[in-house]
This record gives sequence, structure tokens and C-alpha cells, in this order.
Amino acid sequence: MSVESAPAVQEKKKEALFSKKNIRILRDPLDDNNPVTVQVLGICSALAVTVQVKPAMIMALGVIFVTAFSNLFTSLLRNTIPNRVRIIVQLIIIATLVTIVDQVLKAYMFDISKKLSVFVGLIITNCIVMGRLEAFALAQKPWPSLMDGIGNGLGYGIILVVVAVIREIFGAGTVLGFHVIPQWAYDHGYVNNGLMVLPPAALFVIGVYIWAQRSWNKKLVNVS
Amino acid sequence: MHSNSYTLIYAAGISIITAVILAVTSEGLKPLQEANVALDKKSNILKSVRITSADRKTIEDTYSQHVTALVVNSAGEELSDVLAEDVALKDQINKPAEERLLPLYEFAGDDGKKFYIIPMRGVGLWGPIWGYLALEGDFNTVYGAFFDHKGETPGLGAEIAEKPFQDQFQGKTIMTEQNQFISVNVVKPTDKVSFGDEHRVDGISGGTITSRGTDAMLKNCIEPYLAYFEKLKSNAGQ
Repeated sequence: MSVESAPAVQEKKKEALFSKKNIRILRDPLDDNNPVTVQVLGICSALAVTVQVKPAMIMALGVIFVTAFSNLFTSLLRNTIPNRVRIIVQLIIIATLVTIVDQVLKAYMFDISKKLSVFVGLIITNCIVMGRLEAFALAQKPWPSLMDGIGNGLGYGIILVVVAVIREIFGAGTVLGFHVIPQWAYDHGYVNNGLMVLPPAALFVIGVYIWAQRSWNKKLVNVS
Repeated sequence: MHSNSYTLIYAAGISIITAVILAVTSEGLKPLQEANVALDKKSNILKSVRITSADRKTIEDTYSQHVTALVVNSAGEELSDVLAEDVALKDQINKPAEERLLPLYEFAGDDGKKFYIIPMRGVGLWGPIWGYLALEGDFNTVYGAFFDHKGETPGLGAEIAEKPFQDQFQGKTIMTEQNQFISVNVVKPTDKVSFGDEHRVDGISGGTITSRGTDAMLKNCIEPYLAYFEKLKSNAGQ
């Protein structure tokens, strides 16, 4: 497990919005510094909400929203936040955003909100969110912070969706509710894997993902 | 280092701002959320008679065509001046049975078959649990059951909201052969009990407190209706 210390953004006068460095901030968490598979954060919800693809996608969107905007707001406020209560201030920002996500889901996607149950509220305790605020947003300008937030949310979301696709295919034979495993396979004795719908399966899938990722990505060979 | 007063004012300020934002969001979305909850209730009532649909309109239509709601009391009288939707189950379940208002939903199928759906509410481990139990026309055999919960542990207590647990109730009976109320008991498979398989379902391993809560909820919520059922039975016998 390794926690990235944020690369110092130099105080240049004018920097393009999508400069190489900003793109790197956005892209790094997708693979090289993925919050789930490299930093091993946010595992708990990754185990719980990945039985089906649709709730996983909604959860991913929720987390992206929260990481992006908590990073942005914290960064905007970074020079005014009193150091002694900064954790509390961060928590208030995160909790507000999470509550908004929860309320919106309850109003517009009631079924999904019921499936995600407590896990939406638990985004507050997702280490990725506060980790990024402490490690990045408190010391960086708003734009790179927003990019970092979106990147980390996406990095989490990718893993969630990949795991959910694998679990839904093998656990239920469907993707987003559409049957992908043909009927003749069932006629010839194929059965859905009951283990895949249980939380331990997510652990195995993430484990295999980490293994595969470390084999193809040479940068990760000596990490941890 | 910021001064104490700055820190205090800052903390108060940010609390007030976020509180206002949340209050506005919550109030703005309330009508939609309440509509969802109302629809969810109808969908759950239908689930107890084994009708499942994800379509808003289908649920509304089926409900309005087949379900009638009434309120009775534990003496078996129909109360025509109270509406079922005005009765908050939460306030009723802790009263003595004689004082309770008892909402009851009647489902009349296309084939003329009638089911009587009892709404239930009780306590689980972390918060409220609730459900609907559909009885067949003999007021004894369970046709179907539906349970849900506020925040039971996923994988453990939350299993009461899953089909395998709920399907166990189908075909169970709530009265003994001597016509005594015995309920459907949620017990451990290994528990030695004095009643037969037709009065018991398996509890959830790892969800003992939720299982006990479900068991207590069934007993507490079904019993007051028996007088009304007796009345219907004797009316039908005449």
C-alpha cells in the first residue's frame, strides 16, 4: 500500500487548462496510481455494490461527483480554512455533497437508491475522498484539484464497473440486465456461479485485477 | 495560526451555509421522494401477493384495480371514518391491541380469489423493519410475504428483504388445528420447538436479532386482526 504525495504544482503564471501536467493528474489515478488497486483504498464499497453493473455505475458517478467537488471546494477555501479544524471542515464539505447525492438518488432513482442502501451514505467514510483532500486539494489550485478529484473518482469507478461486469456475467449471465450468455449454454449444462453474487467474489476479482495490472504495468513492479 | 475567534466564526459560518444548502435540496426534492415512497408501498403490497413489476404505470393500475384499503379495530369492527393511508403504523404498533387502528388491504384477483394483506412494522437490529403478509381466504394460509428494512446489515439481517427468505412463508399457516393463533415463527433450523413445520421458517444465520425482530413483528401485528377475520368467517358461513 502506498499513498501518493502530491506532485508540487509550480506557480507558473499561465498554464494551459489541459497541459501535460494536468492531464497526468487526471490520468494517473486511472492506472499507475489507481486508488483501489494500487493504494488499496475504498475496497469496502467496491465489494458491496458490484453485484450488478447499473448500481455500480451509479455509485461510481456518485463518488466522482463527491471527489471532484469536495476537491474543488476545499481547494477554493484552502487559504481560509483554519488548520486546527481542517478535518472537520473537510468532513462538512464531503458530508454535504454525499447528502445531496443521496437525496437526488432518492428522488430520481428510487430503486437504485434502495439497492445501494447504506453505501451512498458511506461515501463519506471512503478513504479516497478525504485522502485526496488532505494529500492534494489543501495545497493545490482549484483546477488541478478538480482534475485530481475527477481522476480519482474515475479510477475508483473503473474498478467498480470492471468488477461488476465480471460478477454480473458470471453470477447472473447478464450485463445491465441483458442476457449475454446464450440459452444454448444453459441447455448444455452451464450454470451461473452462485459465488459471484456474494461479496467474497469481488475480493477475488479485485485480487486478480491487481495481479494482472502489476504484470502489464512495469511501473508498478517495485511499488509496495 | 488563526485566532480562536476566527476558527469559531469560520466553523459556525460553514455549518450555517451547508445547512441552508441541504435544507433547500431536501425541501425541493421532497415531493418527488414522497411520490416514490407511496409507489414503493403499493409495489410492496403487490409483492406480498406475488405480483412484481418495475413499471410505474403497471403498479398504479394493478393497485387501483385490485386493492381496496380499509381500517378495522381489534374488536373486529370496520371503521368507516378512518382512511388507511392516514394511519401511521409506527404510532400504532406500540399501543395495546384494543386501542389500535388496523389498516387492512384486500386484494381481489381476476378469478374472484381474495387475499387479505396485513401491514406489519417492527424493530430489527439497527432500525425499523416492516412488511406485508398476504393471507388466503381461509384466514390461515399465508399466500405470500414481503419484508423490508431501513438499515439492517447487508448480507446478514438485510436478507429478510431477499426473495429466498420471503418465499419460505408461502403455504405456512398461522393457526393451529385447535384454531389457536400461533403465527409463523422465525426460528433457527436446529431449535427444538413444539409446533410443526407449517408454523415455522428458518431464521437468518448472522442475523439473529433481525430474525427475532421479524418473529415478534409477525406475532404483534397479525394477532389483533383475528377478531375481524372471525367475523368475516362467520358471515360467510351464514
